Amino acid sequence: MAFKGQIVIDTERCKGCGVCVGACPLQCIALSKHVNGKGYNYLESVNDKCIGCASCAIVCPDGVISVYKVKC
Amino acid sequence: MANLDIVKPENLVYKKSSVLTEATMHYCPGCGHGTTHRIIAEVIEELGIQDNVMGVAPVGCSVLAYNYLNVDFQEAAHGRAPALATAAKRLNPDMYVFTYQGDGDLAAIGTAETIHAANRGENITMIFVNNGIYGMTGGQMAPTTLVGMRSATTPYGRNVELNGYPLRMTELLATLPGTYYITRQSVHTPQAVRKAKAAIKKAFENQKLKKGVSFVEIVSNCNSGWKMTAPAANKWMEENMFPNYPIGDIKVDGKLAEGVDLNRLVMDHALSVQSK
Repeated sequence: MAFKGQIVIDTERCKGCGVCVGACPLQCIALSKHVNGKGYNYLESVNDKCIGCASCAIVCPDGVISVYKVKC
Repeated sequence: MANLDIVKPENLVYKKSSVLTEATMHYCPGCGHGTTHRIIAEVIEELGIQDNVMGVAPVGCSVLAYNYLNVDFQEAAHGRAPALATAAKRLNPDMYVFTYQGDGDLAAIGTAETIHAANRGENITMIFVNNGIYGMTGGQMAPTTLVGMRSATTPYGRNVELNGYPLRMTELLATLPGTYYITRQSVHTPQAVRKAKAAIKKAFENQKLKKGVSFVEIVSNCNSGWKMTAPAANKWMEENMFPNYPIGDIKVDGKLAEGVDLNRLVMDHALSVQSK
């Protein structure tokens, strides 16, 4: 059974600390080249390998990540 | 790349707890305080005690904790959170009372209040965030600063002859009969966050038993005080903080936890690890 995940990032609250990037087991998130209103390089999805494990959301100090998951 | 078929309320597996307010936290990027606030909020939500819990905020980086957690809060004078929590708990014995303190607050100016609240066996939860430095005031040496660790007031590293040894409050409190649950956790990886959340949940549930203080130390990073990026600070913490502040339960249900190394509990000065 496989899972397909999708994260929704509150880019304006993201501070670009990068803790979640190291926590992702499938390297499907990275810090953007663009900055948000506060000047931080916010988080973005870079591929569609996400399985919805929520590791990124669990380590996020600011709670900016929401995780959705479906079976497929 | 957004797959909008997946983003539906029924597929939601994780989102920020509703006990947290919408305010953006003032903490530096990657600070462990934010994660600790978040897991406390999740525990309060899971236990369903949002209208029957009171926090006591300290002085330090987390002085504005009341802006982020949507529960009753009191602001204590520097270091006096356990004294205020004592009063709140004695007046409202059925209310859940917790203090949230940093190492400058709990281990320096508030040492007397901390030790005596623990020794009286007050039925409260204490959350202690230890980052080995005074973060708010600009990275000065704290009692918990490691031997050899650089700070604004120890630019050549903490010198034992001049500044003494790192103070390990958690081990110290474990020797008191008034404490019921003593543990040390961290919040730098998903596994660590899950364990820390379980520890905080147990610490809150223990208040129903009325057996004494439940104390959770969170070893945290201070990337701005340590002058590192957040991932580098977490790595430095694993290599340097954890040998001095070993992670795990020390006292569970009023008894010494399994697998606790007594040599580390009664620490010889030679065992105090020097930071790199």
